[in-house]
Amino acid sequence: MFKPVILATVVAASFSAQAADAQPTNSELLELLKQQQAEIEVLKEQITEADTKINATADAVESGMSAGSATWAEKTTIGGYGEHHFNHFEDKDDQVDAHRFVMFMSHQFSDNIRLFSEVELEHGLTVDTDDGSGPGEVELEQAYIEWDYTAGHSVQIGQFLIPVGIINETHEPDTFYGTERNLVEKNIVPATWWETGLLFNGEIQPGLAYSLGIHSGLSTDDGGKIRDGRQKSAKATAEDLAYTGRLKYTAIAGLELAATIQLQKNITQGDVESADALLTELHAIYNTGPFTVRALWANWDIDGEGFEANGRDEQSGWYVEPSYKVSEKLGLFARYSEYNNNAGEASSVDNEIWEYGLNYWINPRVVLKADYSDYVTENNGSADNDAFNLGVGWSF
Amino acid sequence: MNKLILTFILLLISTTALAQKGQFMPLDTFKKAYFSADTQWQTMWVDQSLRAEIEKILQHPFNGLRIRYWQQEQRSGWVFEEVGKELPITAGVVIENDTIEKLVVLEYRESRGGEVRYPFFTDQFDQASIVSDAVDYRMDKDIDGITGATLSVRALKRVALLALFCHQQIMSNE
Repeated sequence: MFKPVILATVVAASFSAQAADAQPTNSELLELLKQQQAEIEVLKEQITEADTKINATADAVESGMSAGSATWAEKTTIGGYGEHHFNHFEDKDDQVDAHRFVMFMSHQFSDNIRLFSEVELEHGLTVDTDDGSGPGEVELEQAYIEWDYTAGHSVQIGQFLIPVGIINETHEPDTFYGTERNLVEKNIVPATWWETGLLFNGEIQPGLAYSLGIHSGLSTDDGGKIRDGRQKSAKATAEDLAYTGRLKYTAIAGLELAATIQLQKNITQGDVESADALLTELHAIYNTGPFTVRALWANWDIDGEGFEANGRDEQSGWYVEPSYKVSEKLGLFARYSEYNNNAGEASSVDNEIWEYGLNYWINPRVVLKADYSDYVTENNGSADNDAFNLGVGWSF
Repeated sequence: MNKLILTFILLLISTTALAQKGQFMPLDTFKKAYFSADTQWQTMWVDQSLRAEIEKILQHPFNGLRIRYWQQEQRSGWVFEEVGKELPITAGVVIENDTIEKLVVLEYRESRGGEVRYPFFTDQFDQASIVSDAVDYRMDKDIDGITGATLSVRALKRVALLALFCHQQIMSNE
């Protein structure tokens, strides 16, 4: 019994001595740690390098591998809008109309100089007739160079939309209610209205913007309707220029207040000696939650015997349009309008129109429309324009 | 009359200039306002399922491979570019505890609609959070629009929603 115990003790001591011999010294451990730390640093660098390469690859892929400056395609954008209408008239033939098909094209020449253009086909077809009585028109609606000549201010040079009213500048069909555009802005403003010249834009204070234009003017007959005076910059007579100024206040979310004044010394472009014209337009838009209300008033005051003789020395109108969005997709509206192109004649009767209906946006940029137009006071004899209207519109 | 017009123009030009478009806040300034100096970009890689959800929010294809962000505990910061009508708007969004702390328009490039950069508009996004159902994602509060800036307003709503969604993703992965 005693001998095996001694033997075991000797063997254990022998193994313990060998194990002690195999343990690294502190300096060896330190060296090992240093080596491992160096390897960790190398691995860290490799990970950082790999990460950089991955992100650089992602940068290149995301930017379309376009080396150097932006390509022509990146500086050029296209867009457009269009609308088809169906009018079920109560007192005349129903009608379908490819009312508008519009293409935009813009190009960024540099950070502060760009081109904007818009070409429109109206009513689907143009026919070259002697008297110009074809069903449609191809129109250059906008084509201007915009130059940010100093911080906060820019100028449009060329053919641009007049800064007036609610729908003259923004009239993509998905942005307004009603299959047809409102009759007050159509007949009084008269939208859509463009001229050629210079238009300065900028901000005076946060939310207070100005527009100031010097441009070609209208050319009406002596005593003519305002809408018939649009020359559309087509070999337009430019004997008398027009001056437009607008102030627009949008410093409260959901609110827009705007006032436009336009002066033209002779709206007949010299056909008669005196035909001073002054347009005054005011509008307000207020949106809170699902509710929006739009209201506009516009008035032309024209001096001249021909205009005074038939009551066209005053041409004016107004409308109010409340609307309610039931959901993101569905909106309901009603609009009451009054306008009169012979308002200077005491016996003239205002055109009064009620419109009500809905817009259904199947996509934020694609809208289906259904509405009813009720001409309360009809000045067109037996032909009443009361109609149920359907439309589809889009913009992109 | 011509002299009057010219005088008016000169008066306007001499007024303190307010840029309708341009860079309104550099990226570094935005970062420093909401995150500590040592906060580094992090990357959220966009896989197929994530891309599908992002495209649902943006309502158009998303071509990026990753989305970069800053994170500091329950706060995250996102910078997105989204086209309004023609040109991209650069917007920064800070999310804290699943709600928007601040949305800032860093750079606006469109000719019209630059009012969206002002606090009277962007403050509406404060404290907004995301709500989702089987069909889509939306915010839990209404944002009143700006007439004539409809497309820019919509672009910023998409940016806000995307930031809220991405914040949810990184928080759920922790």
